[in-house]
Amino acid sequence: MTKRLWTTIDGNEAAALIAYKLSEVIAIYPITPSTTMAELAEAWAVQEKSNLWGVRPVVRQMQSEGGAAGTCHGALQTGALTTTFTASQGLLLMIPNMYKIAGELTSAVFHVAARSIARQGLSIFGDHSDLMAVRQTGWAILVSASVQEAHDLALVAHAATLRTRVPFVHAFDGFRTSHEVMKIEELTETDIRSMIDEDSVREHRLRALSPERPFVRGTSHNPDVAFQAQESCNPYYAETPAVVRSLMERLAQLTGRRYGPFDYEGDPEADRVVVIMGSGAQTVAETVGHLRSQGHKVGVLTVRLYRPFDTAAFIAALPRTVRSLAVLDRSKEPGAAGEALYADTLTALYEHASSGGPRPRVIGGRYGLSSKEFTPAMAKAVFDELSKSAPKNHFTVGIHDDVSGSSLDYDPDYRIEPEDETRAIFWGLGSDGTVGANKNSIKIIGEMTDLHAQGYFVYDSKKSGSVTVSHLRFGQRPIRSPYLVQRAGFVAVHQFGLAERYPVLDAADEGAIFLLNSPVGPEEVWGRLPADTQRQALSKKVRFYVIDGYGIAKRLGIGGRINTIMQTAFFVLSGILPRDKAVEAIKKAIRKTYGKRGEAVVQKNMEAVDAALDSIRQVTLPAAAQGDRRLLADVPARAPEFVRQVTAEMMFGRGDTLPVSALPIDGTYPSATSQWEKRDISQEVPVWEQDLCIQCGKCVLVCPHAVIRSKIYEPSYAASAPASFKSVPAKWRETPDRRYTLQVSVQDCTGCAICVEVCPVKDRSNSARKAINMAPKDPVKTAEMANWDHFLSIPDITTAASPVPMDSVKNVQVLRPLFEFSGACAGCGETPYLKLVSQLFGDRALIANATGCSSIYGGNLPTTPWAVDAQGRGPAWSNSLFEDNAEFGLGYRIAVDQHRRYALKLLSALRDRVGGELADALVGADTSTDAGIAAQRERIAALKRALGASADTEAKDLLAVADALSPRSVWIVGGDGWAYDIGYGGLDHVLASGENVNVLVLDTEVYSNTGGQASKSTSRGAVAKFAAGGKESPKKDLGLLAMSYGHVYVAQVAMGASDSQTLRALQEAESYPGPSLVIAYSHCIAHGIDMRKGMSQQKMAVESGYWPIYRYDPRRSSRGDNPFQLDCRQPTMPLKAYLQTETRFRILEQSDRQAYERLMDLAERDRRERWQRYERMAAPSVATAPVQAPVEAR
Amino acid sequence: MSAMTPDLSTTYLGLRLRNPLVPSASPLTRTLEGVRRLEEAGAGAIVMYSLFEEQINHESEQLDHYLNYSSDSSPEALSYFPEMKNYNIGPEEYLELVSRAKRSIDIPLIGSLNGVSPGGWVRYAKAIEDAGADALELNVYFIPTDPMTSSGAVEEMYLDVVRRVRETIRIPLAVKISPYFSSTAWMCRRLHESGAQGVVLFNRFYQPDLDPETLEVVPDLVLSRADELRLPLRWAAILHGRVRADVAVSGGVHGSRDVIKAVMAGAAVAHMTSELLQKGIRRIPEILAEVRTWMTEHEYVSMDQMRGCMSQQHVAEPAVFERANYMKVLQSYRQDPTGRL
Repeated sequence: MTKRLWTTIDGNEAAALIAYKLSEVIAIYPITPSTTMAELAEAWAVQEKSNLWGVRPVVRQMQSEGGAAGTCHGALQTGALTTTFTASQGLLLMIPNMYKIAGELTSAVFHVAARSIARQGLSIFGDHSDLMAVRQTGWAILVSASVQEAHDLALVAHAATLRTRVPFVHAFDGFRTSHEVMKIEELTETDIRSMIDEDSVREHRLRALSPERPFVRGTSHNPDVAFQAQESCNPYYAETPAVVRSLMERLAQLTGRRYGPFDYEGDPEADRVVVIMGSGAQTVAETVGHLRSQGHKVGVLTVRLYRPFDTAAFIAALPRTVRSLAVLDRSKEPGAAGEALYADTLTALYEHASSGGPRPRVIGGRYGLSSKEFTPAMAKAVFDELSKSAPKNHFTVGIHDDVSGSSLDYDPDYRIEPEDETRAIFWGLGSDGTVGANKNSIKIIGEMTDLHAQGYFVYDSKKSGSVTVSHLRFGQRPIRSPYLVQRAGFVAVHQFGLAERYPVLDAADEGAIFLLNSPVGPEEVWGRLPADTQRQALSKKVRFYVIDGYGIAKRLGIGGRINTIMQTAFFVLSGILPRDKAVEAIKKAIRKTYGKRGEAVVQKNMEAVDAALDSIRQVTLPAAAQGDRRLLADVPARAPEFVRQVTAEMMFGRGDTLPVSALPIDGTYPSATSQWEKRDISQEVPVWEQDLCIQCGKCVLVCPHAVIRSKIYEPSYAASAPASFKSVPAKWRETPDRRYTLQVSVQDCTGCAICVEVCPVKDRSNSARKAINMAPKDPVKTAEMANWDHFLSIPDITTAASPVPMDSVKNVQVLRPLFEFSGACAGCGETPYLKLVSQLFGDRALIANATGCSSIYGGNLPTTPWAVDAQGRGPAWSNSLFEDNAEFGLGYRIAVDQHRRYALKLLSALRDRVGGELADALVGADTSTDAGIAAQRERIAALKRALGASADTEAKDLLAVADALSPRSVWIVGGDGWAYDIGYGGLDHVLASGENVNVLVLDTEVYSNTGGQASKSTSRGAVAKFAAGGKESPKKDLGLLAMSYGHVYVAQVAMGASDSQTLRALQEAESYPGPSLVIAYSHCIAHGIDMRKGMSQQKMAVESGYWPIYRYDPRRSSRGDNPFQLDCRQPTMPLKAYLQTETRFRILEQSDRQAYERLMDLAERDRRERWQRYERMAAPSVATAPVQAPVEAR
Repeated sequence: MSAMTPDLSTTYLGLRLRNPLVPSASPLTRTLEGVRRLEEAGAGAIVMYSLFEEQINHESEQLDHYLNYSSDSSPEALSYFPEMKNYNIGPEEYLELVSRAKRSIDIPLIGSLNGVSPGGWVRYAKAIEDAGADALELNVYFIPTDPMTSSGAVEEMYLDVVRRVRETIRIPLAVKISPYFSSTAWMCRRLHESGAQGVVLFNRFYQPDLDPETLEVVPDLVLSRADELRLPLRWAAILHGRVRADVAVSGGVHGSRDVIKAVMAGAAVAHMTSELLQKGIRRIPEILAEVRTWMTEHEYVSMDQMRGCMSQQHVAEPAVFERANYMKVLQSYRQDPTGRL
């Protein structure tokens, strides 16, 4: 027998390994948490790995999951072994094809990392909502409960579908299993081959469409036969469970790992049993083991084959002694008689009882929605409930439901983690490499020792300064604890700031080792910890060590990457391996991990290991806590009540404790909450040099987090300011007596330094000094916090009442941004555009936001950056889905216009009551200017006053829609994944509609939010996920497609190349009374660039002809002018010189020079042809016949 | 006038070269095709472009930085780039070219190395030898900016590198140095004693420019001019016969007379780059033909006969290479009728 390897991988890879081996065609599309499977498959194909039959599968990215499903269907119909990977909304988009594939009895497997479906809020996390949404499609559903199972049952699914012709969804819990790293035994090719029936494979191929033996499939059925036809498949479904069982037995013979469609574990004479599916079953099983050791007669029935639901097998798997059952569903079906698994259980038991079987009591409950923790304490609460004489049905567990009273109480101190296990928790930041180091440690321990290993990683939802918590377990026995570590013998805090903010020792065990990355040594560190943490350290008798990770990293020149240093300290202190063996293993792993990246990187990491070994210092615990430092876990008392009561709890990691009543019923949350989340993540902040500054406003414009603001104001505000408040005469002709201040909110700064890069001014005596420079935060923090508060108290200048016209970047800087302090990446290239839109039009903006980066930094709880002005107005924002955003925004427009028409009708009817003069003014108002809009708002206020307390229907109706008399600026916002790919059909339709909407495409040329997958915006030759060999096809010219309508305003902009062109384009787009499309070049971390220089990259993109900037304004046609204006000069920089500055192009040169040279030649041709096309279009002679611009909405 | 074709062959680093015209490290040798074309054009030997350890390190660190940047930070995006099969970071591509070039040409092939770390010098020198190079040129490019670093320490660093590399490899070794030593002759002698068979005079440092408009430092690469030959020519003349290392003149060799002058001063070979970059490698056969003609006309039968005939030891007034040289230049300046020199 072939020797199997133990490997340490996550659930996604475990499943993908099998899927790749057993497929000929793989259609892919990114969606969390399944994306990794698709990425791996594509990368393996580029590396020319073969499937079981010795050929490389075709891996094809599609424009949406709907497209992937369609491609799968087509490939299946033509006989290919076909698979895809998806989750959540993606699976929903596949449903129509799933019905077809099942209806045609086609062998196929879709691998699903099960995830929540967006309801009142999107959630990327795991539950079974998506599985339950496809249970009616006719697909078998086979569910894995662990990483090993995701590997094993993936094979069973592929083998079974070929035997049964019933298509299979193979699913496992999103994140908890898909992202859990676990040591598993990898199946060999021999194993795989011996499970696959080659005759079935051939039969599958022979069922293909072929002109050699033609037939039709996919006919339309009439009522006479459609019913009977649908019943024809029954024998296949009836046979499927037995086939699955036999394949599972075959697998057991091969591997010793035994599975069944339903597996019972527990007391053979149990009186209480929990029925559950997915990873939670392991938690219940672990709890059952503990309860049985205390004499309880309990058990757990794990459902693996959920569809076809084999009633007889279900009954047979249950102990005959069972008196009460609790069915746990990881999904919610509002309004249903019960959740799906509960309903299936009842059906099975009732049918059985009807034929004379016992009738145990059954209760159902929900747990673990959207990756809510499901712990042994919760499992025990369910068993306890079953013991009650009148147990609660339709319960919830894991939350506090104080609205419906559904939740079960549980004892959070009930913990059953095995004593003979090593458990560790690591607090880190995304940027410091903590997670990567821990994954590496798991691999080392998993693959170098006999120990079993598990790792799970918790991330917050910020893209800059994100906190990560790693949970690691190692033990002699297999680990069956798919929940966060509750008692850790090792707690490491890789960032000192996290110890100041979070109760990091909460999960520390008695006598635990506490390792802190500290800039101060063992003598000084104690008093710097929060007093509560000190007390915990004393009461738990922790062994406390410090290491100056950043000091060492600085000395070695490895920047902020402290991963290797901290990893070494973990191994040395934990003693999980003998010291010498650990060091050897770490170094070996370094070579393996970094070898490809070059010797220099290997050597630096080696040096880091050696340096760490000598730098660990133990702290002698004093007898008592010192000082009165408290955890930084409060928002100011002046914050709104909701922020204090609810938002703050989420911010500081206590969201799990919020009761149901604290949450909005419909997903409505207050705006302007990011201002309360002072994350304080940057060590360096910009400092203004007022003597050098020319007040151009460029730093204000580009600041991605709206941290740099400026105001012009009456001198009296300078007089009342704190002493350190900087104020200089305003350099505006129009405002000779005003003062000017550029103020930085240091607690909100992410330290990207993009402001310094764009500052055009240099000190004549010291060319390194600009008008804004980065400096350490600590020395200025207190003063700048007070200055910021004072700055906010100075009245804003509004567009309606501005002393300066809003026609230049210099002038626009003084407008208050209504998009601030988002969680976007430091140096983000998208947010400056959104901020500018918010400054210009925010007080009347309705924003439809496609799912993606902008919906995450725009609307991921706990806070939102969308803010309000002094009058309480601001952008109203919503996210529907990924694929429908243009249509969603069009809906806004139509509704607003409809209400305006209705308001005008009512106004006409109520003219006498309102007053003729006011009514006429409301109807005839010129709202094309900011002042005009302000005047209209005053009229609307007057109208409301005039209608006052009127009780009649018409007046009340008019009051409800009166605000629609003021213009609404509809903005449809999204990334290129939406605009070019999944949402293109809708976008095209909306542009064609002629309606007055503004579309802003934040074009990063990849799917940034899911980790940089190629879109149709990705340029030829760029390396991206799903284009690991370099993108072969050219970038789609979205602007050109839109211009082809003639009535669409189109602009392509790049703020870093021309901020004035960007400003003009946005203003023109908004003023255009029809559809507008602004495509904004957005540099991105997925480009592999120095984010400080993002704006310079944009400039090079334009100067090299890579990204020509232009405006196409149909209004110009009516004046007889060429509507197309090219706003940049002939390229002055060689394309290659620009592309060489970005990793996305450079790594192709490094990895495959031939492909690079070939694709670069084509990219150069693309550039040349694009430029020639635009030049021709911009030529004066091209002035086209006037196009009728759409009139403002009727 | 002798009817015999003059013998252009020369010996450099113990290698017999068909002529002393040797293209020095430059982009011309970045491809196998480029190397072949240089051989076809008639080059005496090839000096490969330099393997820059610092650049390898920089690329390695940069790649690592961008691949790590923001990885494992977001639950939706654990990384932003696909894992590639390889990145060709490191010397492999260079070594592969050396190896293939060596198999493709018959003239000697000299590797060129610019290191930064003691380990790097040794490791890469060995790798270049293993790849098949006939000799190695150490391109020492070091700007001592620290006022606390003494000239002695800098010299010792050079010598240490040479000793370490010498201990590691068996192929001949040349060292390309800068002209900024207090005692160039002493330094060349010490280099030879430390194991270098040859010295290359001199390295041309890249000199950054300043832009007064933008207050930016501007990287700027300027090709050599013909008048730059004077400096290496003088030192070749001074060293010849005094220091036993072979001398290569580099910088300012643009025509046949420059080659002749270099050999007359005592050089074993004359390196040429800027001329070839500007006017193409067709200049090699042109220059060689001119050299041949000149030698025939002036009845030189071989390079060996010509070598060092105008070295300091062999000129009538050796002092002209010292103080008198300066006076002579001034004199000629005064006598220049155009007043432009």
